[in-house]
Amino acid sequence: MTVISSEAKRGGTPAHGDFVFNQPRVPSGRRRKHILPGFHLTLGFTLFYLSAIVLVPLLALLLKTVTPNADYPDLSKVVRHVFDVATDLRSLDSYRLSFGLSFVAALINGFFGFIAAWTLIRYKFPGKKIVDALVDLPFAMPTSVAGLALTQIFSKHGGYIGQVLFNWFGWQISYTSWGILIALTFIGFPFVVRTLQPVMATLAAEAEEAAACLGANRWQTFRRVILPAVYPALLTGVMLAFGRAVGEYGSIVFISGNIPYLTEITPHLIIMKLEEYDYVGAAGLGLVMLLMSFFIVAAINLLQHFVIHRRRLA
Amino acid sequence: MRRATADNWLVRYLLIGIVFAFIFIFLVFPVCVILIEALHNGFGFYWDTLCAEHSLTAIRLTLLVALAVVPLNTLFGISAAWAVTHFQFRGKALLISLIEIPLWVSPVIGGLVFALIFGRQGWLGTWLDTHGIQIIFAYPGIVLGTAFVTFPFVARGLIPLMQSQGKAEEEAALTLGANGWQLFWRVTFPKIKWGVLYGMILCNARAMGEFGAVSVLAGSVEDRITVPLQIEQYYLGLDQGMPRAFALASILLFLSVVTLAIKVGLEWRRLAHNIIRTH
Amino acid sequence: MGVAVNHISKQFGTFPALHDVSLRVERGELLALLGPSGSGKTTLLRVIAGLEIPDEGQVIFADEDVTEKSAYERRAGFVFQQYALFQHMNVFENIAFGLRVIPRKNRPDSAAIISRVSELLKLIQLEGYEKRLPSQLSGGQRQRVALARALAIEPRVLLLDEPFGALDARVRKDLRKWLRHFHDQTHLTSLFVTHDQDEAFELADRVVIFNQGSIQQIGVPAELRKNPQNDFVREFLDV
Repeated sequence: MTVISSEAKRGGTPAHGDFVFNQPRVPSGRRRKHILPGFHLTLGFTLFYLSAIVLVPLLALLLKTVTPNADYPDLSKVVRHVFDVATDLRSLDSYRLSFGLSFVAALINGFFGFIAAWTLIRYKFPGKKIVDALVDLPFAMPTSVAGLALTQIFSKHGGYIGQVLFNWFGWQISYTSWGILIALTFIGFPFVVRTLQPVMATLAAEAEEAAACLGANRWQTFRRVILPAVYPALLTGVMLAFGRAVGEYGSIVFISGNIPYLTEITPHLIIMKLEEYDYVGAAGLGLVMLLMSFFIVAAINLLQHFVIHRRRLA
Repeated sequence: MRRATADNWLVRYLLIGIVFAFIFIFLVFPVCVILIEALHNGFGFYWDTLCAEHSLTAIRLTLLVALAVVPLNTLFGISAAWAVTHFQFRGKALLISLIEIPLWVSPVIGGLVFALIFGRQGWLGTWLDTHGIQIIFAYPGIVLGTAFVTFPFVARGLIPLMQSQGKAEEEAALTLGANGWQLFWRVTFPKIKWGVLYGMILCNARAMGEFGAVSVLAGSVEDRITVPLQIEQYYLGLDQGMPRAFALASILLFLSVVTLAIKVGLEWRRLAHNIIRTH
Repeated sequence: MGVAVNHISKQFGTFPALHDVSLRVERGELLALLGPSGSGKTTLLRVIAGLEIPDEGQVIFADEDVTEKSAYERRAGFVFQQYALFQHMNVFENIAFGLRVIPRKNRPDSAAIISRVSELLKLIQLEGYEKRLPSQLSGGQRQRVALARALAIEPRVLLLDEPFGALDARVRKDLRKWLRHFHDQTHLTSLFVTHDQDEAFELADRVVIFNQGSIQQIGVPAELRKNPQNDFVREFLDV
């Protein structure tokens, strides 16, 4: 199909109408949809691996809570059992412990994380780079190792801090919920700091200077200018720490002592159910934890959405 | 003269003091305790513990698990990042959210789901039993659980990295006649290699230290447990349990310090984004 | 080689970037695509290069329909607005890239690659810069490396996206002259996108005026000024 005469002379200016060819439009058939190569290969592998490792297994968990088996031969019995296990007193106590302590630990991290982020962004001091690097330690360290070390530190026998606290005040940390709180604080710490740092770094000094020029004192500037600007990031960081803490297992299993009703967290209860071969019950507790995580993620996304939206308005 | 936006020196020293105290008690002190306790019975005992049959078996299994999980998750991470950052397709945002699921879910659930599929009372339990295939309480199960838990690590670091790099260089290579393979190895890979390394390092650290998922899937069969589980075994054991547990833990501590050093090094050179920060 | 596009339409989501655009570029012509930003001129250039897939229409190189061909089969030299040099490769490797990725049986040997690259370095007056990384070059130098890289594959057509956009005024003028001179020597069919009418009128044989995804008028500079066809062209050219 010759469209251009190869003899066309350079500089020959066609009249205006010339460039519109009197050819029928070619209906677009099945065309390539992507410019760069590898779309089908990479997306295919991604979906396959995602399904194999994450989606299908999670689906198997969901199905387990509604599928009759030898012990629970019809649907109502399975659901009944799942409901019983999920609302069992021991389970309820474990939720209270997991969520309550995770929440408190997240708040503690919010407070110290804010101070740490502020200090690392605003001040110069010797050892700053090391402190900054150490913030990620809980992320890099296997949680069980951290848990083991914290257990030893806070144990009343032979422990370091634990012995002092026990001998002087009669306080026990390891094998009580205080111990769990400490472990959860440890693992959640990086999340708040790392979420706050970039926001604080971009916080315009001008706004603060303007506030200072207008006669606001340091505390007023902090409350009215700085805090509103970093508040969403702080909340996000706290939620992230909370989400991380709720599912935590490795660092807690040593320090908590796993006493039913008192210091037993939900993940431990799941393992107990599995050891009793109560797979349906374990799946039921897993479902509860999945739902909780889902709500936390949804809350964080909503928060992010809200922040972006507000920024766009401003 | 003090700048208007600088804090009072008292506030400054107080805050820096709090940070140092917090970092010391929560981060530095535990590290020191691990080392002190590990060497509690002297260096000879420490060395003997590490060379004991149980320790070596556990170390070997942990290495084998990491050897399977890290390459798989790396391949997935590169693949997912390529698909997500270079193409427009429906459901992309959903895909990115799905990739992050394992970060939100308890590691114990990462083990539980595979127990529910492959365990004796699981979906495929009877079938596996009759064919004599063992997945739970064996190497394949541990690999699956660990792969679940460390699933997003490489992808999550690479996606923002590749997004920030854009695709102009890839397009340029395409107009110059490069095919897909050449495009990846000559243009894209050199730009993302440090990001890939970063993800692999984190994935590896987490894979070797994983406890929750593995404690569901590995059970307590002696020659089928990884280092973190062997630490627990030593800890529960009566004969010099503590120093043994800490001796083995010191290996994981060493691993995490090396991981942290590489991680921080890559971040300082701006070769990679902090994985927690990329939210 | 002449180039033609035939009833090209392209939408990005709900935004119509190109609407039924037809255009024919004669062999050896230097053509400017001129228009305000967002008028679709860059999209058209990318469609021609194979970097965008049109929803409708055809792209024709000489007498071959290349619409279904991928960018790497079209052999169109493309100079990107921000140059898109390979940051991790030095100047030599950047220019040699297109030669190194040729399938082995047709690939020139390394002596031939060296001589070709040296030739190009001489052409762009950057001899002695082989070992520099793109980050160690000025804007004008990067621009010329990008051009040399595109020329290395002996393209059938040269496409330049805002070739002088990121440069300061003086370098811009020099490069403009240089490009005109280069074109007069090689007569390589070329299209460039610009939003600067002086640039378009000084450099191009013909100018295509774009607005809102369609062609408003095509003509030699003098004719466009003398005889604008509609209000948009009149206003845009301020005549």
